Amino acid sequence: MCGIVGIINTNGQRIDGSHIQEAIRIQRDRGNGLGGGFAVYGAYPENRDKYAFHIMYEGDRHNPAVSAVEDYLQSKANVYQSEQIPVYPNNRIPRGPYFKRYFLKPIEEFLSPQQTEEDYIVEIVMHINSMQDAFVVSSGKNVGVFKGMGYPEDIADYFRIEDYRGYMWVAHNRFPTNTPGWWGGAHPFTILDKTVVHNGEITSYGTNVRWLEMNGYQCLLQTDTEVISYIYDNLTRRDKLSKRDACYVMAPTLWEEIDRRGDEKDRYLRQIYGAAIINGPFGIVLTHRDGAIVLNDRNKLRPVVCAQVGSTYYASSEECSIRFLSPEVDRIWSPRGGEPVMIDMLEGYKEALS
Amino acid sequence: MNGMENNWKTIPPFHPAFDIERCDYKNGCTICAKECSFGEISLHPVKDVDGEVRYRPWANLTACNSCQRCVKMCPEGAIHIEHQPMHTSHGYWTSDYASNIWRQAGAEGGVLLVGNGATGPQKRYFDHIMFDACQVTNPSIDPLREPMEIRRYLGRKPARYGEEIGPQLKLDVPIMFGAMSFGAVNKRVQEAEARATQAVGTYWNTGEGGFHKDLRIYGENTIVQVASGRFGVSEDYLKSAAAVEIKIGQGAKPGIGGHLPGEKVLKAISETRMIPEGSDALSPAPHHDIYSIEDLRQLIYAIKEAMEYRVPVSVKIAAVHNVAPIVSGVARAGADIIAIDGFRGGTGATPLQIRQSTGIPIELAISAADKRLREEGIRETVSLVASGGIMCSSDVLKAICLGADAVYVGTPVLVALGCGLCQRCFSGKCAYGITTNKPGLAERIDVEQATQALKNLLHAWGEEIKELMGSMGISAIEALRSNRDRLRGVGLNEEELKILEIKHAGA
Ligand code: SF4
Ligand code: SF4
Repeated sequence: MCGIVGIINTNGQRIDGSHIQEAIRIQRDRGNGLGGGFAVYGAYPENRDKYAFHIMYEGDRHNPAVSAVEDYLQSKANVYQSEQIPVYPNNRIPRGPYFKRYFLKPIEEFLSPQQTEEDYIVEIVMHINSMQDAFVVSSGKNVGVFKGMGYPEDIADYFRIEDYRGYMWVAHNRFPTNTPGWWGGAHPFTILDKTVVHNGEITSYGTNVRWLEMNGYQCLLQTDTEVISYIYDNLTRRDKLSKRDACYVMAPTLWEEIDRRGDEKDRYLRQIYGAAIINGPFGIVLTHRDGAIVLNDRNKLRPVVCAQVGSTYYASSEECSIRFLSPEVDRIWSPRGGEPVMIDMLEGYKEALS
Repeated sequence: MNGMENNWKTIPPFHPAFDIERCDYKNGCTICAKECSFGEISLHPVKDVDGEVRYRPWANLTACNSCQRCVKMCPEGAIHIEHQPMHTSHGYWTSDYASNIWRQAGAEGGVLLVGNGATGPQKRYFDHIMFDACQVTNPSIDPLREPMEIRRYLGRKPARYGEEIGPQLKLDVPIMFGAMSFGAVNKRVQEAEARATQAVGTYWNTGEGGFHKDLRIYGENTIVQVASGRFGVSEDYLKSAAAVEIKIGQGAKPGIGGHLPGEKVLKAISETRMIPEGSDALSPAPHHDIYSIEDLRQLIYAIKEAMEYRVPVSVKIAAVHNVAPIVSGVARAGADIIAIDGFRGGTGATPLQIRQSTGIPIELAISAADKRLREEGIRETVSLVASGGIMCSSDVLKAICLGADAVYVGTPVLVALGCGLCQRCFSGKCAYGITTNKPGLAERIDVEQATQALKNLLHAWGEEIKELMGSMGISAIEALRSNRDRLRGVGLNEEELKILEIKHAGA
């Protein structure tokens, strides 16, 4: 199980975190208190040209990992700002690890000739994640992730997400079944500006992980969500697939249908990316800076409902969260298995942000 | 003294035993004596209680190795085979070892030949590997209600989008029939293989004995072999097939070439192989133009050029100790498909000592090869085919989870056609008419029936694979390729688990 909610305003209008906090609260039954979290796009408009690193350290600020990571960051990037992420312990979540956020840019000269800036950032993330007691929670421009052990509505209070504003929000309520719960293992999972919240348990995990490792990713968290994010990242960023094609690779049509339609491009995609197919039950909301994608497994073994109200789109595991946010909707539907719903930000949304 | 020598070599470990109450000899039945192609059963005159002399079936105690043909053909169910090993009282010197020496010291002499795959006690890893199944947290899939896809494409794939994909073989079941040459088996068997693979949508392999003209209509489902003997190789031969396979080695006899005893080189075989009738068809141990990996590369590209890059080129190697670096080298030399044949792989004829003691198990070999290719980032540039010792559909799927893209099976084909695993394929006397071209024996294969049997085999294994996938919550077989996470070991030590890249059960 697991519960997810996504809110996307395609005009770039920002709302505060209280809405999504309440929307995920009513899906409390879908979690078990072992993980909750939120991602917000548009969180740091004044620093939108810099990568916003949210880093979690085990223990407190005295952990030597803090200086180890900071020394490493200084050696690889220009760090413009660094600060503790404010937290508000309460009786449901009395304590947690130490969180800091950094706004940084790569040191240009350090980029190898074939490397893009984003490749370079991914390398930094991978490196920090392999360091002791440190974990990169999010690393995208103008994106922040807040997550931890507890029910999502309590995590929301712990970070006071109502203090943040964004044009796109996603929330996750976790019911871990295959990996033990811990702060870093809560969802959403983010790499650069790509965030995944997911409900399900993928049966192709072993195949996917090996393919990612071959492509230079390290899957340290051993969660499905991490794997899905990296697959999407590898397909779109490194292999330059369109969003549609990346979704197709993850949830392709049947061979029979490819034969019937004679679609050679789809056949090619499925042939070459066999190890990136995702099997097993899943409902995913994948967000990136220019929009969101909602995707179900081919057999539709997990619930996802989408809705539209003007320029705002919703995606949720249960319709109740949508109806809570907006009792009246222009359109509400349940996407078919394997058919991605793509929500794109409207032209000019960036101006609306500033 | 001489009398004793006779005894050493003439007591076979098996003999037919007849239930004379059931036997229909009184009405003149002689079926078993005719069916036994090894001359074990004769008809012996015996005076019955009524005073009549009648011919009864009689075990000669000279030749039986329990092929069970007589048992299966006896209409009265009057025969069973008794095992009569020459038991030694010695715990170390078992009868197997002693009787091999008796055979060698006696008239047989020389190198002992056998058919089929290795019979030794080495661990069968497949039996120590268990599948995962869905419970509660994710649903299993019912193959009767949901589509289950077991199609595979074999051939070179680019590392990323945009680059060209090489020619592919499309397998509607992830199982192909492995190389069994014309001569080792007969044309009827090959025709049944060709028809069944065409009907089901997969491939069979001609082996190194050439490609009979009459069977070339099945070329689209045929992989032709180029082995060190180059039997039957011509431009036409190459162009008639869906893929070309360079045979470097085979699991039953790594390091030595194919061997078709002269007794089996009859007219049609001599024509297809382009060699004189009755001559031993011995393939040299190495290809005389391949002494290193660069030479292999030249041959691969020579074939690709000749075929204008229209079909994939496969390289078949025996699973040996250094299989992982060898596979990496072969992939880099340009192979589109690499077939790895484990030491259990079958054969028509191999020296006993090589069969029993050379090579490594396919489970370990395929795992090591898959891992190495991934580490080098070239896994998708080549397809891996596992073979040698696959006995059932769960072996097929385990091989895929261990890194194979598909498998070859050989012995299961023979068994589907009746083979009783008597290991005497080299003799040319196969009682089932499979590994023989002798007139009178080869006709025991009815092509229609044999085709149906092989279609049934592929269909049944395909359905079983779908059941296994469903229980694991997998609807597309590519999601299991290298998916070690869905396997657990039982009774394996740490080193074995490491090589297989799986966890122990309970972990
Ligand atoms: S060799 Fe075969 S047919 Fe002949 S007696 Fe033995 S089992 Fe029967
Ligand atoms: S094919 Fe024939 S000779 Fe060979 S093992 Fe089987 S039954 Fe015996």
